[in-house]
Amino acid sequence: MNNNKKYHALKVDTQKCFGCTHCMKICPTEAIRIVNGVAVIDNQRCVDCGNCLRACPADAFYVEQDDLSKINNYKHRVVLFPSVFIGQFSEIYSEGQIYEALLELGFTHIFEVEQPAGWLMESIKDFSGENIHRPLISSFCPAIVRLIQCKYPSLTAHIVRRKAPHDLAAHFAIEQLKKEGAKEDEIGIFYVSPCSAKMAAVNQPVAEKESIVTGVINMKDLYNRIMKLIPTKEKMDTSGFRRHLSREGILWSLPRGESAWYRKKSMAIDGIHNVVKFLERLENDEVPEIDFLELKSCSEGCAGGILLTGNRFLTVERLQKRAARYPKAAQVEVENAAKELVKKKLVADEIKPEHVFVLDQNRSKAIEKLQKINDILCQLPGLDCGGCGAPNCHALAEDMVKGKAKMTDCVFLQNKYLQEQKVKPEKAYKNLEKIWGKQRFEADCNKKGGRNEGF
Amino acid sequence: MAIELNFTIEGGDFSNAGKASSKIKKVLKQLNIEAKIIKKIVVAVYEAEVNVAAHAYSGNVKALVGENDVVVMVSDSGPGIENVELAMKEGYSTASKEVREMGFGAGMGLANIKRNTDELKIETTVGEGTTVTFRCFY
Repeated sequence: MNNNKKYHALKVDTQKCFGCTHCMKICPTEAIRIVNGVAVIDNQRCVDCGNCLRACPADAFYVEQDDLSKINNYKHRVVLFPSVFIGQFSEIYSEGQIYEALLELGFTHIFEVEQPAGWLMESIKDFSGENIHRPLISSFCPAIVRLIQCKYPSLTAHIVRRKAPHDLAAHFAIEQLKKEGAKEDEIGIFYVSPCSAKMAAVNQPVAEKESIVTGVINMKDLYNRIMKLIPTKEKMDTSGFRRHLSREGILWSLPRGESAWYRKKSMAIDGIHNVVKFLERLENDEVPEIDFLELKSCSEGCAGGILLTGNRFLTVERLQKRAARYPKAAQVEVENAAKELVKKKLVADEIKPEHVFVLDQNRSKAIEKLQKINDILCQLPGLDCGGCGAPNCHALAEDMVKGKAKMTDCVFLQNKYLQEQKVKPEKAYKNLEKIWGKQRFEADCNKKGGRNEGF
Repeated sequence: MAIELNFTIEGGDFSNAGKASSKIKKVLKQLNIEAKIIKKIVVAVYEAEVNVAAHAYSGNVKALVGENDVVVMVSDSGPGIENVELAMKEGYSTASKEVREMGFGAGMGLANIKRNTDELKIETTVGEGTTVTFRCFY
């Protein structure tokens, strides 16, 4: 497997990172280790959920994004954003004012990705007729799709083979613009992402050849730009851009947004650690019959996306109020004849499992390694302190059998070896520096960390 | 070569039933066993765990994960099974009202274990306990 092949939106700023271990402890796939004083992400294991970025007290994680000036290469500049973008703004701003600011910024067309969400729901229901596996698992959240691929390979067949709302919106926008006379190569589609997972999904889609989106914009960055440009009063009527938006569409990215619309026996779970617990049970056949499962990596769905500004619960509250003002999806008329064409484009490829947790392709070697892990675990203190640069004792033992770590990486064992004079003090100190970086332990009153950060 | 995994189960402790099957599952995944087979094993172990929680006073699970198969031995000290043939029947259950109210005891346990395994042996002494041993080939 080529470790560089997989694209990830999350990166570590090694100037800011000081190896505090917050991210390493919270990562749901144990993808982070501390090496030379900074966090290093394992490309194969990372699912781009963004919990590391959320947990970081030093702002050391960042997401890669496209330069906004790239939009000027296109005659027709379309901005696509999920409804949660609107939900971040205080009630004193109307959606019209926000739309005006987007036009001011240089976009010519504005589409919220959830219009016309009815087509996507129809398409998902079509799929339920084609697939025998139950429950169907929504493909909405790319962090969840990647989590299932690597941690729950037996469940990949349950994932709905349909693309996400931003693909729907992109194809819909292109068809709308073409109808108005635009040429396809003059259209630039820019998607405003609420999280690292969607960014990675756009740049390297899991179940499609290549993404229809031209560029990805960081939602936090756009929020700041809009706040600078937002007019004090509405000067024009932008409601035409929102004529296909429905109540269900606005709520789509929030918890129960999909499942409430799918009806039948459906369930919704948000928060990746909650999802992990549930998928464990699902894999063991410990859950009752369910038709449709909506899983979202962030607590409160996309309102809790790592690139949103403000409080997720306030965002949900505002969106619920906003949704109540919009018509139901069944009452929204879409005068676009391209419905069948767009629906066809929403069909995604099959999602294949990725066996990243396999110890060895050779089974007898894998068993040997497992035995070794058990033997090593007998020696380790079982405190999961992270002093070795791995998230817990078990992870360190796994790293050891893979040849990526050694017994002396454990600070407790190292002390024991020092006492038994099996290791020299200079060697022991060098070992620590290898994990935590040079001069990490020298007195420094301005040192980062250990100051109740995050409280 | 085989890996041995051991777990204990307390009678009545339904909240911890599932721990052994989850741990065994993790190990099987690390060995790259086919997902379908893993599922069968996990379902069988889980049913056996629930059986101990529902009927016995205490018990333990011993799994031997080998190169070609996994052998699981679940033994308990408990009331034993009076009529094994009847207990194997789908829908037959001696579970108490309390256990049924918790959503267990539908009488599918042993039948489900049989369906998901390649070999099954039940040894039981009334008033002493039961040992259920089963094997699955990869």
